[in-house]
Amino acid sequence: MIYRKITCGVIRSRQAPVMICMFNVVDPSEANAASSPPALRGRTGAKADLSAKAKPLAMKTKYDPTDWITHITRIRENQDQAAFAELFQYFAPRVKAFLMRSGADATLAEECTQEVMATLWQKAHLFDASRASVATWVFTIARNRKIDALRKQRRPEPEDLDWGPEDEPDQEDILSLQQESEQLGRAIATLPEKQRELIEKAYFGDLSHSEIAEQTGLPLGTIKSRIRLALDRLRHAMK
Amino acid sequence: MKMHNVKHHLTDQLLMAYSAGSLPEAFNLIVAAHVSMCDECRAQLASFDSVGGAILDGTDSEPVSQDCFAETMRLITSGALRPEKRVPARAASTSILPAPVRDYVGGDVDKVKWKPIGMGVKQAILPTSKDASARLLYIPAGAAVPDHGHRGMELTLVLQGAFVDETDRFARGDIEIADEDLTHTPVADIGEDCICLAATDAPLRFNKLIPRIAQPFFRI
Repeated sequence: MIYRKITCGVIRSRQAPVMICMFNVVDPSEANAASSPPALRGRTGAKADLSAKAKPLAMKTKYDPTDWITHITRIRENQDQAAFAELFQYFAPRVKAFLMRSGADATLAEECTQEVMATLWQKAHLFDASRASVATWVFTIARNRKIDALRKQRRPEPEDLDWGPEDEPDQEDILSLQQESEQLGRAIATLPEKQRELIEKAYFGDLSHSEIAEQTGLPLGTIKSRIRLALDRLRHAMK
Repeated sequence: MKMHNVKHHLTDQLLMAYSAGSLPEAFNLIVAAHVSMCDECRAQLASFDSVGGAILDGTDSEPVSQDCFAETMRLITSGALRPEKRVPARAASTSILPAPVRDYVGGDVDKVKWKPIGMGVKQAILPTSKDASARLLYIPAGAAVPDHGHRGMELTLVLQGAFVDETDRFARGDIEIADEDLTHTPVADIGEDCICLAATDAPLRFNKLIPRIAQPFFRI
């Protein structure tokens, strides 16, 4: 079982996007099903879902994530400033909000946001759309900047995997990973308020579970179990 | 790095905290080291990163100043940003220490500056932030680390050989997660000297008098 999980998850993530792994405890047949023909199902499903809900939500859900991939490609291949400006307009205010919620004042947050966005430009060639969504990639860069600038610590990173000679990610993998990202976004948005708040605090507040306990006045056990419930729900939603 | 049949993994809580960036440096190091050796946890970690991405995507935004974009372009063209440091994967296949640990040691096991702490056991403290500590432990085959309890959380990752304690057997790539409730006496397997990376957010509590007196001197 574990071996299946490993092969479908990372070593050959060309076959199935990584995200499936955490959120499926893994039924390989399901993993395959998700990445092959029914891939289209997710897409039409997503659209139907959007139109079914109120307009403002559709406005808020705002963009086609595959389009950000195109933006990164344009930056990488043509140093396209217009593409970068659009990416900037969308992500810079979010990165700034993330940094401020992690404890930076407005000036420091603004400075770090510039560095994060400049890093995006410079690392555009390292982005792999079959391994992460653009939002996830931006998040990891912002997080590392936070640890460096706010906590003044080094951030040890895992050893890189050897990816072998073929480096062109498969279109189908890219598509299904992006679809999973959207699915995950929707699942998080529909978590019960109390669970979502705690997940957000864990990621954005730069807080350990016991610090969240101090801040919210909730017992540590409640926090742990709410976060566990939230993760169970996400796993369920990603099946 | 060559993959192993890892049996003892990181918890969701630790992986999520690593992804969120809220762990002390010593814990980040041991998580990064375990993930380097464990594909399953690497996949889990990618999932937790994508939760972070989804939250970033859905968050309320904070307006940036008028000249923020221009400043960013200036930063890009000035070349002031430090170039990306990549963790080399190539040299890894033959080494005992995973790349993130090699970064702290300045090389593989032969570069570790061991200090004896008694009964043949040696340790080397790695330079991390003070909110937690990380150290490499060298336990000769068959030897025991004095039985001890923990005030906070202690993570132990096996890098060579194996050890056995009251709970189970831990081999290369396995991580043991110990807290206040566990008092244990890890004993190295007879086959090979055991090397571990251990991280703790509080000093260990030894149950016999001698190690406790020695504790402040050895910083374990």
